Amino acid sequence: MRELQRYLHDLIDRVIYLQDIKGENWQGCALLLDELQKLKEDFYQISEAKCQEKLESLENRLKILEDRAAAALTPYEIVKITRHPQRFTLLDILENVYDSYTELGGEGDINVDPAVICARAVISRRVGDKVFLHQVIVIGHEKGHGEEFRNGGSAKPWGNEKALRYMRVAETEGIPIHFYIFTPGAYPIEDYPGAAQQIARNLYFMSKLKVPTVAFISEGGSGGAEAIGLADIRLMASRGYYSVISPEGAAAIEGKLKEGERPSRELLEFCARQLKITAEDNLRLGTIDRIVPEPPLGARRYDYQFFKRLRYEMIRATDEVILRTKSLKAFRSYALKRKSEEENPPDEFDIYVRWELSEVEIEKLLDLRSKKYRAMSRHVLGLSKRCLKDYFEKTQDVGLRLYHDLRYGLLKQGQRVIQRMIEDLSGEGAAFLKQLTEPIKSAYDLLASKPRRTRAKVVAEETALIDLPELYVSPLALEDRTVTCPNAETHGCPDIWVPDLYGEFCGVCPNCGYHFPLEYQWYLSNIFDAKSVKEFNEDIEAGNPLGFEGYDKKLALAKKRTGRNSGIITFQARIGGISLICAMLIADFRQGTVGVAEGEKFIQACDRARITKRPFLAFVHTTGGIRIHEGTLGVVQMPRCTMAVREYIDAGGLYLVVYDNNSYAGPVASFLGCSPYQFAIRSTRIGFAGPRVIRETTGEDVPPDYHSAENALRRGHIQGIWDRRELRKKLYEAFLSMGGKNLYYR
Amino acid sequence: MALDNQKINQLLQSFRANPYRIFVVVTPHTGYLREFLVKEGDEVKGPAGKWLEKPGSPLFVLERERNPKTIRAKASGQVAKINWELQGRFVEAFTPVLEIKHTLTQKEIIAELLRKILHIVTAPEKARYFLSPELAQKIEKAGEGRVVVKPGDELAIMSFMKRETPIVHEGPPMVVFRVFFARGQMVDQGEPLFGLCLEEERPYVEKLIARVKEEWPT
Repeated sequence: MRELQRYLHDLIDRVIYLQDIKGENWQGCALLLDELQKLKEDFYQISEAKCQEKLESLENRLKILEDRAAAALTPYEIVKITRHPQRFTLLDILENVYDSYTELGGEGDINVDPAVICARAVISRRVGDKVFLHQVIVIGHEKGHGEEFRNGGSAKPWGNEKALRYMRVAETEGIPIHFYIFTPGAYPIEDYPGAAQQIARNLYFMSKLKVPTVAFISEGGSGGAEAIGLADIRLMASRGYYSVISPEGAAAIEGKLKEGERPSRELLEFCARQLKITAEDNLRLGTIDRIVPEPPLGARRYDYQFFKRLRYEMIRATDEVILRTKSLKAFRSYALKRKSEEENPPDEFDIYVRWELSEVEIEKLLDLRSKKYRAMSRHVLGLSKRCLKDYFEKTQDVGLRLYHDLRYGLLKQGQRVIQRMIEDLSGEGAAFLKQLTEPIKSAYDLLASKPRRTRAKVVAEETALIDLPELYVSPLALEDRTVTCPNAETHGCPDIWVPDLYGEFCGVCPNCGYHFPLEYQWYLSNIFDAKSVKEFNEDIEAGNPLGFEGYDKKLALAKKRTGRNSGIITFQARIGGISLICAMLIADFRQGTVGVAEGEKFIQACDRARITKRPFLAFVHTTGGIRIHEGTLGVVQMPRCTMAVREYIDAGGLYLVVYDNNSYAGPVASFLGCSPYQFAIRSTRIGFAGPRVIRETTGEDVPPDYHSAENALRRGHIQGIWDRRELRKKLYEAFLSMGGKNLYYR
Repeated sequence: MALDNQKINQLLQSFRANPYRIFVVVTPHTGYLREFLVKEGDEVKGPAGKWLEKPGSPLFVLERERNPKTIRAKASGQVAKINWELQGRFVEAFTPVLEIKHTLTQKEIIAELLRKILHIVTAPEKARYFLSPELAQKIEKAGEGRVVVKPGDELAIMSFMKRETPIVHEGPPMVVFRVFFARGQMVDQGEPLFGLCLEEERPYVEKLIARVKEEWPT
């Protein structure tokens, strides 16, 4: 009888689960549930055999419904499966996939951040009659089964910092890392170390993490997922989702909903469909490597067969990462060959692979990781099709590389060695000669009436920055009217005459110093030396790779209005004679959002700076984050660009970021936020998420100056605030003081 | 004037007769009053939000040098006495444009009454204020409104730049009816610190507050 009762409860759970996903009245679900509830009430009144018979017939009906539901799952229903409280979580994985584990950095709610779990775990494999144990570090999000303190798997900045700490531990110990992504997004608060800045730090570190890494995505919510998502192999659950923004967030933007307004089911379905968030979509787009199959309606916490499959996939993926770095072809072919294991994962493995890497293999691992991310999403730009142009560009690149290696590498290195030698010799010589000449000099001083020369000799001439011959004046200055400073109420600023404001004052309130927004052309003309700006890659064009409905029109309008192909301008320029490469995200084109084209242009600019051994400046006129219309193809620009920045800095480059107007979300949480030198122009707003998203996510209001540059400086996110009128001078000084003698190459 | 039942009735009657405060909205500067955005009888809201970050309701547009400026309500209430003849005309600075009839809340009435009937000790300087240890101890033991201070008794300590100055009670013995600052709070010059009353007036003050709470909704 107890068995039957369990059977009945299990069926009720299954119907409720189905209702949660497909809706309460979907194809007679409610009727089936009523019948089960009635059976539950009359459970002791009917005979065991009759009950068994009834339950079996109800199960058959339920099974038909489940099959029908699984065959027609919409992307938004998949989102619901992923978020369902019955879905497996990281703790279930640690219990069922790994042999043993020890949680690090906290336990339960006594934790640095209960939404992030770090653990030292052991995973075993059987080869023949032998069992081999592997040590791994497991890092992931824990959603919990209804535990409120887990924040639904939204990692706070210090949670991501904890993850980074244990990545360092894994690197020190040389053991692989398994990342598990179960997050709807990062917890959007700016408290130190800051949501965006910490994700950027994690990405920067992971791009050259010297151990094999495998990531498994169940719920991949944008930046929060990327914080622990830059891995050598990315697996994804077949009923998981990986997206640039939640369907609810996209619906709020697309439907232009007011705060607190709930989107309709149709709008949510539309957005989920357009964003291409499912595992199949992501595999097709190339943002993940493999799909881990789940039961048709998603795996739940007691699906042991799924855990067996996951265990097999994680071991297999780690093997694959290791074997790719080995020179033995037989091993590599093993890794690439997947036999009939797709359906039923075997209990035994053919071979044992030691999860350790030599120095040479680590080099190869990092190289392969770099290549993987650099190639990701690039196919949508169609760059590889232009063979002849590619050939010319490659030849040009080789030429440039050779020239700059010679000019700033070989010759400069040689010159530097000789200079150092001369300095050493002259120092030694001077010390030796001083012993001999000092008595004579003393005697001379005693006898001579005139004192000896005391003025210090100038060793290096101080270069002064020459002012630009004529200033560019914004066309905004052509209006004959006055404007009111937004701080007039609090600071008592008088109205400002527009020709003065946008002309002489460079858009700065003379009373309180508030910076009015100016167009990007002002910066192009007033920061860099006259006629020194030489743009490149202007033909790389932003597109609509997901075929997002209605986006083509918006994109065409942006292109027509700005006369540009993307939201980023990359160019070579000079400031006071210092030659540099600059990438400028502009507000005019889709609010400076970053998609594949912008990411690719940024990477190419970064590479050009590396090849030509120039300092690299990222000037953010405005960025609204990752372009949601490009889905995960946009999100992967975060690891891609960070990888390029890391390689540039590791090669000796000087990377400087200057923010203006508004800078939010993905770019700040990756390739901008990872810069060691970040500055902001006064009145800039910097952050991870805007006030509305913070309010809706955390339920708490933020003060109006929460994202101000002053607060960003106070929290240590930026290193200084600059006045727009002094930007050219400040940049010049920054390049000289941070680059100094080694401006072009460390 | 000492407080008694008659005085209480008078005070309450005055608020019953006119439970409003009138805010006269004037032009902040010269300009053309282009448009009224409200009409008489409209309800308007003052700045709201935890940090008063949400601006008040728009009242009218004042334009100077082709810079149209929307003038917003600084207080909540009902719009009254709009000077319609100013519409479209050039106005001088500080010209009254309309009135906002603000209905006083229970809290505001109590605050206003207390300001009228209590002897207010104000902050002599902008500084951090601490309750004197003896007074703090007494208030903790007996409760607010039960402690009597005599002339020369220390009320609070004003602390600024490591300089500590005691604030001493002067005048007849009085009851500390209200303390308007938290421990260590930075208080601006002229802001109230204490509300004191004579011992015999205390029951009347309490009665007055109770009656306001009874009569006016929160």
